[in-house]
Amino acid sequence: MAIWFARSRSLVSSLRQNLGLSAILIKRDYSPRPIISKSFLGPVTSHRHESTAVEKHPDLVQPSDEEDVLELDFPGGKVGYTSEMKFIPESTSHRVPCYRVFDKNGRIIPNSDFIPVSEKLAVKMYEQMATLQVMDHIFYEAQRQGRISFYLTSVGEEAINIASAAALSPDDVILPQYREPGVLLWRGFTLEEFANQCFGNKADYGKGRQMPIHYGSNRHNYLTVSSPIATQLPQAAGVGYSLKMEKKNACAVTFIGDGGTSEGDFHAGLNFAAVMEAPVVFICRNNGWAISTHISEQFRSDGIVVKGQAYGIRSIRVDGNDALAVYSAVRSAREMAVTEQRPVLIEAMTYRVGHHSTSDDSTKYRAADEIQYWKMSRNPVNRFKKWVEDNGWWSEEDESKLRSNTRKQLLQAIQVAEKWEKQPLTELFNDVYDVKPKNLEEQEVGLKALVEKRPEDYPPGFHV
Amino acid sequence: MAGLLGRLSRRSSFPVSGHGIRMFSTVEHVSENGKSMNLYSAINQALHIALETDPRSYVFGEDVGFGGVFRCTTGLAERFGKSRVFNTPLCEQGIVGFGIGLAAMGNRVIAEIQFADYIFPAFDQIVNEAAKFRYRSGNQFNCGGLTIRAPYGAVGHGGHYHSQSPEAFFCHVPGIKVVIPRSPREAKGLLLSSIRDPNPVVFFEPKWLYRQAVEDVPEDDYMIPLSEAEVIREGSDITLVGWGAQLTIMEQACLDAEKEGISCELIDLKTLIPWDKEIVETSVRKTGRLLISHEAPVTGGFGAEIAATIVERCFLRLEAPVSRVCGLDTPFPLVFEPFYMPTKNKILDAIKSTVNY
Repeated sequence: MAIWFARSRSLVSSLRQNLGLSAILIKRDYSPRPIISKSFLGPVTSHRHESTAVEKHPDLVQPSDEEDVLELDFPGGKVGYTSEMKFIPESTSHRVPCYRVFDKNGRIIPNSDFIPVSEKLAVKMYEQMATLQVMDHIFYEAQRQGRISFYLTSVGEEAINIASAAALSPDDVILPQYREPGVLLWRGFTLEEFANQCFGNKADYGKGRQMPIHYGSNRHNYLTVSSPIATQLPQAAGVGYSLKMEKKNACAVTFIGDGGTSEGDFHAGLNFAAVMEAPVVFICRNNGWAISTHISEQFRSDGIVVKGQAYGIRSIRVDGNDALAVYSAVRSAREMAVTEQRPVLIEAMTYRVGHHSTSDDSTKYRAADEIQYWKMSRNPVNRFKKWVEDNGWWSEEDESKLRSNTRKQLLQAIQVAEKWEKQPLTELFNDVYDVKPKNLEEQEVGLKALVEKRPEDYPPGFHV
Repeated sequence: MAGLLGRLSRRSSFPVSGHGIRMFSTVEHVSENGKSMNLYSAINQALHIALETDPRSYVFGEDVGFGGVFRCTTGLAERFGKSRVFNTPLCEQGIVGFGIGLAAMGNRVIAEIQFADYIFPAFDQIVNEAAKFRYRSGNQFNCGGLTIRAPYGAVGHGGHYHSQSPEAFFCHVPGIKVVIPRSPREAKGLLLSSIRDPNPVVFFEPKWLYRQAVEDVPEDDYMIPLSEAEVIREGSDITLVGWGAQLTIMEQACLDAEKEGISCELIDLKTLIPWDKEIVETSVRKTGRLLISHEAPVTGGFGAEIAATIVERCFLRLEAPVSRVCGLDTPFPLVFEPFYMPTKNKILDAIKSTVNY
């Protein structure tokens, strides 16, 4: 950038002499401004000049002592020399292993390294996973019946949702992608509140402005979902930095999918968090598919976990369908983030058992038996259920009671949410700014008059 | 009340705004109107005040730690510490995204984009995130503490990527404010208002004027209200509307027109969205003619919005078509810059043809 400036200045200057432009330019001073350019270029050019000089005259920098032979003293620190011309391979001979605690039948593998959970916590985790399943099922059906416009399930990713939430402190600030409603559920967002958002009614905190599943709650330190992918990652670095400056015993926790790691904001978020030494836990749900794009079409690396080191970020790959492994990894990552004031990256290996959303039919691009395998053999909820059952903490009676009660509560919530009126029309114009500016006041007056004139053109249920 | 601008390199020739509190100081070189300083120093003073008056305020961006490539952040890191004033990685989307997160936690955030030409990697963060943060959450969250500063506009030798005026892109985005100051005094007061405004603001600084524009600037903490335009030169035959560095060129055209017996009224819009339609409307009702001038390409420029609005409001009062004297619809060119620019004489000719329509 600075080089361009220097060149362009001299180019303009020489052209002006050649073309006699100075006469034309008299009215506006186009001549180079030595003061601006000096300060603008000063520190940059002097650096460049030094390094260029060294490059051109390698014979002038003969090593004078032992240290010069062994190390390159670079602004970023000392780097050892080698005479071997060796490229770093594009991958390691073995893929980064996936940390797990459970075997596929929900039995703890002997000598596993994990953080124990109490009966009470384990039961709550299981209950919440099952509740999330029921919620997904009923909202999905409600969309299919045309009662809500859109839905997106977390099927197959219940363990990541609930176990990560269980491992965090309520003060940790969540910046979700969109397939993490379980974190909000864990924090106490009620089924009624979920329903109100999906129906965009008067009780929706988002005032009916966003599509279903775009939940948010300041009470629960859960920033409102936005559809753009990965935008929350650099924001998480900023949130983490604020917590650091305020010396809070909390971190930022942000979620992303495998597809999202291809976005520039993934790079921006990880790099900023690393450089700013911000307490941020990045949780990537690597579920194999970004809508219809398979991970083989997304990147060539060994998944996401290996990217951490390139940013100077500690990272771990974990079985995302193993609730105890997710819980242990997230809790440890959270402790490191807060006590050591650093970011940590977790890649949770999982599978999106449901379609991307209700607008998608995933059987068009992936094998039914692949879905079936993950749905049955790798089911994270069943696996955790076996463990709580084996411990004698959960029975079939508990199971049917929970599912039946949750179902009833949800159907009731949907019925109520559906009947609530919408936000009044004035909410269309509020919150664009803190105070409504004149143009919006005028547009509001104009629109209200129009609605009164032609009510048949507008949907019912809005208070004008 | 408007002062004579003359050549930009001359001192103290800027129109003096009625805003701001008069300073009474015993420091040398300080008049009752404040201390004589250039635009980057006025920005620097505003940043000092912002950091001083709010312990939860931050200044960051590429190269701001040592004072910035335009020196606007000189002395801030030394005074307020490197945890509040710091360099960031070279990544505009990261700078704005980080700023949104920091602002969402209730901090006052002043993020610098080194040149407005490089703001586009951050466009998604500004348009889809910052601008909608409050609205999409039903006012549960906001990032209103965020101000994005970026030097914009021609500088005589900047070519494609050190000269652009991208304000119109941002004027199409409900939820942010766009502010552009014309002089040191205005820059300080408007920047402090932007920083303290509870909405995200994109603040474009006329880099041509960083060193060239010098005027008395009150040294105290004062603010100039947003969304209030100002008549900086009164006249009766035609209304001229502009913002930022272009006003200096427009003022010269007004002076030349005056010699030919044409009385021009010149308005500094200051805030482009939400903009002060009333002051422009009132002026055009008086003069019956309107000319808008900006450096950005004419097609889709903010001048089009002003023209359309005034035609709607003042159709029967207009005595000539609304005139736009703007940049050409080309990329900003290097050696052709003198041809591209909306120069004084282009404006003067447009004034005359509009008045004689």
